[in-house]
Amino acid sequence: MPFFTPGTDPGASFPELLRRVGLGPDDAGMAAAGAAGGRLDVPHATTCVALRFADGVVMAGDRRATSGNLISHRTMEKVVQADRHSGVAIAGAAGPAVEMIKLFALQLEHYEKVEGSALSLEGKANQLSMMVRGNMPAAMQGMVVVPLFAGYDLRRRTGRLWSYDVTGGRYEEFDHAATGSGSLHASTVIKVGFSDGMDRDAAVVLACKSLWEAADADSATGGPDVLRGIYPVVATITAEGWQRLADEELATRYQAIAQQSTEGRSR
Amino acid sequence: MSMPFYVAPEQVMKDRADYARKGIARGRALVAVRYDDGIALVAENPSNTLRKISEIYDRIAFAGVGKYNEFDQLRVAGVRAADLKGFQYSRDDVDARSLANQYAQILGQIFTHEMKPMEVEILVAEVGIDGAPDQLFHILYDGTVMDERQYSVLGGDAEAINGRLADIEVDGLTLTGAVRAAMKALCGPDRTLTSADLESAILSRSNGRRCFRRLTDDEVAGLLESVEG
Repeated sequence: MPFFTPGTDPGASFPELLRRVGLGPDDAGMAAAGAAGGRLDVPHATTCVALRFADGVVMAGDRRATSGNLISHRTMEKVVQADRHSGVAIAGAAGPAVEMIKLFALQLEHYEKVEGSALSLEGKANQLSMMVRGNMPAAMQGMVVVPLFAGYDLRRRTGRLWSYDVTGGRYEEFDHAATGSGSLHASTVIKVGFSDGMDRDAAVVLACKSLWEAADADSATGGPDVLRGIYPVVATITAEGWQRLADEELATRYQAIAQQSTEGRSR
Repeated sequence: MSMPFYVAPEQVMKDRADYARKGIARGRALVAVRYDDGIALVAENPSNTLRKISEIYDRIAFAGVGKYNEFDQLRVAGVRAADLKGFQYSRDDVDARSLANQYAQILGQIFTHEMKPMEVEILVAEVGIDGAPDQLFHILYDGTVMDERQYSVLGGDAEAINGRLADIEVDGLTLTGAVRAAMKALCGPDRTLTSADLESAILSRSNGRRCFRRLTDDEVAGLLESVEG
């Protein structure tokens, strides 16, 4: 059981605790891999979006991971609940990204338990920023991780979202954000369809549509897979907390979208 | 050169134990009672911010009585040990028995080797999921571990409270019944407490991954009234 003297106590920080007990990230190993030269060809995760609506935020992400031109995974979950009132979406190298959100969610829970109260939403966004910055050495080897962070701010009573860059830069977005290879197409769809104070239904449909269009134009983004019953991960975060949409609801939404886009089209 | 007086080890241990016991007896008591959906923890605690009961991990709660700074240090160490283990292995590998053993080691070590023993008594409680049994580990200031069945009493006046709980039927209680029984045992025959004097929390099987949840004063008042009315 870890005990620390007052001067060396890591406080409520889990990553710091990991370093103190010798389980921190292996920077030396990463540097050695860099020195050996060459970029690693690892699975990459793609398109995720987040947008604000009247009661909070909607987050959505497709399920495909690719290695070069191959599909390496069809059921990856890139939109993950971070804690009761926030979620993260990731694009980039799948390995470090999954590890990062695991550590991030753990850090939020650890802080809450040690301190007895949860971090503010801005505090959570800041924590993620530091983790992305900590991934810089790996990013230089091509293992870039670019997350989105969104949640419901209980103090301000509104949904808020942040986008990041490779260096850990943190930018608060007011309406919507997208990340990953299909983000250009997805964010265009959202930009055109967005209106302030949308209701949940409209926001969910817009998020689904944006991924549909991204999958249509970007080979690394997966669309709804009706054969296997795989649908994007779509979740809403409101004052009541995180809620992931059931596959059945997404199936009917995508059926409607498919119908709409085939109508009035000859080929 | 002066020689230290010889003191028999029996005497040293007895003095330390008395010292720790006195410190603990000064504090107010805490009761944990099992009910059909988990474990209810109820402490007499007039403070709304300095907690005696808290969450350690998904299915595990911690409760301490005695000196606040000492059991809080143990609480944080427990959270760290649990989160580290869950990170290194899997969330399923974190269990109350191993935590209780680690606490016992530390308390035993401090009791025999440090100037002053810790004036604390702690409880590590775990609810069983999918048919696994609930566990209550009661650990004393000297590292003695007791594995308790239906309920557990910590702190000042524990003997009397234990006696009162033994008289109450605590098998197959509902949450209302458990809180009511805990309250009755804490009060005794000639005292009344209100929900504002209590700190209460539950480890509930139906609370999702994180079983721990604090009960608000209003909730506790509602539970107490519903039985009386």
